Amino acid sequence: MVNYAGKTSGMAIPLLSALNGNPILRRVSFFWLGLYPALGVRALIIFLFESKKGVSMKNKYFLTLIASVITLLWLSQGIMAAKGIYVPLFTYKTGPFAGSGIPSGNGMADYLTMLNERDGGIGGVPLIIEECETGYNTKKGVECYEKVKGKNPAIINPWSTGITLQLIPKTPVDKIPVLTMGYGLSAAAVGSVFPWVFNYPSTYWNQASAIIKYIGYQEGGMSNLKGKKIGFIFLDGGYGKEPIPLFEELSKELGYEFFKIPVAFKESQNQSSHWLKVRKEKPDYMIMWGWGVMNPTAIKEATRIKFNMDKFVGVWWAGSEDDARPAGKAAKGYKAATFHGIGQDFPAIQDILKYVVDRGKSQVKDRSRVGETLYMRGVFNSVLIAESIRKAQEKYGKRVINGEEMRWGLENINLTSARMAEIGLPGYTNPIKGTCDDHANNGPIFIQQWNGTGWERVSGWIHSMDRVRPMLEKAAADYKTKNNIPNRTIPCS
Amino acid sequence: MFYREAGQFKTTYIADQELFPVKQDRWGLLIIIGFSFVVIPVVANDYWLQAILIPFLIFSLAALGLNLLTGYAGQLSLGTGGFMAVGAYSCYKLITIFPNTNVIVLILLSGFVAAGFGLIFGIPSLRIKGFYLAVATLAAQFFFEWLFARVGWFYNYNDSGAIEVPVRKVFDIAVTGPIATTEARYIVVLSIVTTLALIATNIVRGRIGRAWMAIRDMDIAAELIGIRPLYTKLIAFGISSYYAGVAGALYVFTYLGAAEVEVFDINISFEILFMVIIGGLGSISGAFFGSAFIVLIPILITNLPLILGIPINAATVEHFNFMIVGALIVLFLIFEPHGLAKIWSIMREKLRVWPFPY
Repeated sequence: MVNYAGKTSGMAIPLLSALNGNPILRRVSFFWLGLYPALGVRALIIFLFESKKGVSMKNKYFLTLIASVITLLWLSQGIMAAKGIYVPLFTYKTGPFAGSGIPSGNGMADYLTMLNERDGGIGGVPLIIEECETGYNTKKGVECYEKVKGKNPAIINPWSTGITLQLIPKTPVDKIPVLTMGYGLSAAAVGSVFPWVFNYPSTYWNQASAIIKYIGYQEGGMSNLKGKKIGFIFLDGGYGKEPIPLFEELSKELGYEFFKIPVAFKESQNQSSHWLKVRKEKPDYMIMWGWGVMNPTAIKEATRIKFNMDKFVGVWWAGSEDDARPAGKAAKGYKAATFHGIGQDFPAIQDILKYVVDRGKSQVKDRSRVGETLYMRGVFNSVLIAESIRKAQEKYGKRVINGEEMRWGLENINLTSARMAEIGLPGYTNPIKGTCDDHANNGPIFIQQWNGTGWERVSGWIHSMDRVRPMLEKAAADYKTKNNIPNRTIPCS
Repeated sequence: MFYREAGQFKTTYIADQELFPVKQDRWGLLIIIGFSFVVIPVVANDYWLQAILIPFLIFSLAALGLNLLTGYAGQLSLGTGGFMAVGAYSCYKLITIFPNTNVIVLILLSGFVAAGFGLIFGIPSLRIKGFYLAVATLAAQFFFEWLFARVGWFYNYNDSGAIEVPVRKVFDIAVTGPIATTEARYIVVLSIVTTLALIATNIVRGRIGRAWMAIRDMDIAAELIGIRPLYTKLIAFGISSYYAGVAGALYVFTYLGAAEVEVFDINISFEILFMVIIGGLGSISGAFFGSAFIVLIPILITNLPLILGIPINAATVEHFNFMIVGALIVLFLIFEPHGLAKIWSIMREKLRVWPFPY
């Protein structure tokens, strides 16, 4: 309660917090407290709009009324405060990446709302779900973080690598865990250096090595990669550049030729020159690390130069329906990595439709879009949150848990196949078991292929190469020395 | 009644040349500064300091820099984001090279690097004017974005491609890095911004400022009375870039804590230009008003439904935000093209005659 009032009206804290103790006193004081600022606001309005004729009596009353209403509403904010586990969700339903942000944000919110509607929360404690709009903008993301951090959030989901980088140094100080599901800093998988950051189910480096492995299988063995040419088209930024060291290292070892085509964010929608270069280079395979509008543009351009779509593999963020659909039938054969099932057949998704969508509590406009790739990825994020809260409640009791307890829950998460079936998502993903040291679970991926109208799974689980983990550890150690990070003091288990 | 300068006689030239000749202005400003230094850090909470006041001050500084160039010297520039990036990255490199030097000194020094590049990109201003110059400064923006994204040396070859702010202490109090308290950071930002704003106020009323205004109002006439255009314009670019560079360094080191070059994209240049236009071209206080408008109004609109307890989803609020801020900008430009600083001066005039308007 004290926090709520304080957060939005910093200057008024001492006064308001003193009043917040007694509900009746508070209401009464609000009236009197409200009166004086209201008179002040009115005086200011009159002063500003004062003309030579002066303000008529009627207008004066009207202005007083408006001023009072504004002031009273402002002061009454302290009243709203609910009890429950506070889960802020950072979304980007506006801005250049909104196309991807809307379905994933909806999936996240809907699964948690379903738990509230169906089970009354987790362990009998309701979840307070609040969205904060970042627009994929780092500055707004930091503002969101500052806004929510005082309300005892259990977890932060930044949903942007840029925002994640700002938050990584702050979280140990504020004791709030960060879950960057399948994005963010790969090195954060090393729990001994980054105890507060989790990137289940896998890192970009794990994924990149698995994609190379998949290409190797296609060619009939890793040794056949020798002399092949693999192109890498990527969004020119922290996100796109991340897997490059791994690809380059593997190219030395496996003997494939590797070339890079950066696509600046501004050129996302105009890639004809980039693909002209692809045509000139004649690669055997193309790998894409794209996001937002870059993906459909790249797929369209690839079909235009008649690139063999069977040999075009996207990152898991380039594998949504919206990416392939604009190119339609022509994109048939395009492949993308992913790590979870899609579709409405899961019992949990049926529950979402029943308890959330049909009751009008979802922001999804079109019922048929529930269960699409990015929606299900949002659900995945929320499943991890929910299961970690459950785990934490097992240890600390069925009550509101704080960031520190949640951190323990995330580190000890155990999402087995049986457990997935229990929560209504049988066979949804590969089991996830957290450990103190490995915060990414080193998860395997599989490849899905576009059949012209939808995605089909075309491979089994592909595990990443063993050599990735030492590279992650080296990167984490590097980060640790560069930034003077102290040794982990939080005990394991 | 209260705000009347009648009876304040100046008996010496020094008194006549004071920075703020009206007593009420002087006291008012001192009270505001005192309040910001003493009361705010004590009563404001983290959200106010970190999410509202620190960015407000930093953007005020950047807008102030651009206002010197665009508002006083009349040279339109769209390269502010680029010069801020130069400040931030050079501060990062300086801090890597001199780990034991006082970080505030390094932040102030990094402004000089930005100033140097400002001078180079200011050279075309002798030949081209107006919109054409804006396009030329745009080159600075794109060049620096490209440079800092591509050359690994600038970000110490970090895998993430981002610069991370280490912990640095001044008098044993951490002022940068994650463990620095928001109060400490706020005080650092406030001190730097106040000092630089006072210096700017002095510059614009002195010889340099008058030369800038002469160039702005009519460059041929200015040349005829003996003002050297190249020298004057380059000084404007240099000083303006210095302010932008310091603002960039503060933005990363005291506000963001880690940054990729994307935070200094073209949008930030436009935002700062809007601040200058809305705040009032050619006015120091205008930079603060403009920054308050652009930084605070969106935050206010985002928080308003929450404060009033209206259930509305975050994305809708964001859409409203764009619409309302956009409409406000247009309305301001229609009804008060001289910016918020003009409104303030009208209010001041009214206050002087209150309560007996003629």
